Amino acid sequence: MKRTILFAVGLIAASTVVMAGTTAPSDVSFDDQGAIANTLSGAAGDPESGKTIMRTRGLGNCIACHEVSELSDFPFHGDIGPSLDGVAGRWSAEELRGIVANAKMTFPDTMMPAFYKTDGFIRPGNGFTGKAAEGELEPLLSAQQIEDVVAYLLTLKEE
Amino acid sequence: LSFVAASALADENANLVVNGEIDMTIRAPAPDHMENMSEVMSGWLFRSSETQALQLDDFENPGMIWVDDAREVFASESGSGGESCASCHDSPEALAGVRAVYPKWDEEHGEVQSLEMQINECVTERMGGEPWKYTGGTMVNMTALLASVSRGMAVNVAIDGPAQSTWEMGRDLYYTRTGQLELSCANCHEDNYGNMIRADHLSQGQINGFPVYRLKNAKLNAVHSRFKGCVRDTRAQTYSPGSPEFIALELYVASRGNGLSVEGPSVRN
Ligand code: HEC
Ligand code: HEC
Ligand code: HEC
Repeated sequence: MKRTILFAVGLIAASTVVMAGTTAPSDVSFDDQGAIANTLSGAAGDPESGKTIMRTRGLGNCIACHEVSELSDFPFHGDIGPSLDGVAGRWSAEELRGIVANAKMTFPDTMMPAFYKTDGFIRPGNGFTGKAAEGELEPLLSAQQIEDVVAYLLTLKEE
Repeated sequence: LSFVAASALADENANLVVNGEIDMTIRAPAPDHMENMSEVMSGWLFRSSETQALQLDDFENPGMIWVDDAREVFASESGSGGESCASCHDSPEALAGVRAVYPKWDEEHGEVQSLEMQINECVTERMGGEPWKYTGGTMVNMTALLASVSRGMAVNVAIDGPAQSTWEMGRDLYYTRTGQLELSCANCHEDNYGNMIRADHLSQGQINGFPVYRLKNAKLNAVHSRFKGCVRDTRAQTYSPGSPEFIALELYVASRGNGLSVEGPSVRN
């Protein structure tokens, strides 16, 4: 059994089928500050789904690096990135979408992986097999999953 | 709120003395070539006190069982010449100090050799045998034996002279962000040692304790097996154990631990 530290993307997670209204990873446009103006999936995000993605190892596994008090029932939270408590007060929906899709557009050289990006990698692997990737890469999260995570982050207001 | 407490981090000021007599240097001033860090630390410091305790005494250290196996191999004849390691090297103790300076430039072969390569050189060229599998049991056990007789000695690999270009290649690999997660060794082990990544307490990724007995898979693990696992975790295509890339990376990572004690076989989770 292989347990990987970060994200074992679920097989069903990112569908190869690009849904109508979906912006493909290579077509996303970021503004100067790294924000993305429009929804990536063409649909609204579902915060409940976003919450699950945030804490699930096979999906976003955001708590590998971030603490989120509201998710304290789910062990364990890392402390590599800042706590996401109150993050909705610090960033707009557009900015959060940009950070989750490709944080390097907002924070150059950040350690945070890009969740909606499919090219420009050095020695990309086939998931966590250690073997070379075959064919086109899937983004770590689908367009709708990015929207769901953003919707959840927008609920994290300062108490 | 602290989730960190759940993993019972050990006392930061703990010292490591094995069998009540081998005083390990587990913190040392960073070698001059390291620009971003002032102190280097053994991975032992980052483990829970329960895991740490297993390394204090050879009777508790499960890795020592394989050291005993390797002692038998050391004394057993094999290969076409009918010789054993002991025929030429007398005893494992005669090779004390060797672990501390490998990987090392080999003049005859014109390359940097890891300890595994040097052992296989003796097995094939001097004993007339088949090479041992690079990360296989016989090899990892022998490296554990050779490490154990060097315990307490300071790691001191040479990075200049003919080894320099290999060392530079290793340094480049260390700082290259690989895979779909775009992470380098430095992201985890230089920028974030001491921090938690999910349930894992990040160490400096030092290799002075190798081979390592891991509670997770209950066996001795070779350096290159660990490198492979860490590269795989960046969702990258890994290099192979024994490859020129991993030899170079090993030399570089070893040099980041110059000054720490040889600790192998150590115990980790
Ligand atoms: C491997 C580590 C890592 C992972 C995994 C990770 N992040 Fe981050 N994140 C960071 C770091 C580090 C920063 C700080 C930015 C910088 O480098 O300056 C950050 C910053 C952020 C910020 C800005 C926070 C602020 O208050 O300024 C948000 C929002 C965020 N991350 C969301 C997420 C989400 C959502 C996920 C999962 C889908 C995620 N992160 C996964 C490391 C990570
Ligand atoms: C027939 C003689 C012979 C046998 C048998 C032999 N070796 Fe060697 N070994 C040598 C010689 C000669 C050297 C020095 C070569 C050199 O420095 O490049 C050496 C070097 C080494 C070194 C490196 C020492 C150093 O200071 O760098 C190690 C480690 C080693 N042998 C381990 C072994 C092991 C383990 C075995 C058995 C599996 C073995 N040898 C069997 C002759 C032998
Ligand atoms: C995504 C984070 C991450 C990256 C990137 C990473 N590692 Fe690790 N590494 C870990 C974790 C977690 C452990 C287990 C806890 C520890 O000892 O730090 C570990 C352990 C190690 C160990 C064992 C240390 C010991 O004392 O037992 C070594 C050696 C190591 N890593 C080297 C490397 C090298 C070399 C690279 C780059 C090729 C690398 N790591 C990249 C997360 C990472």
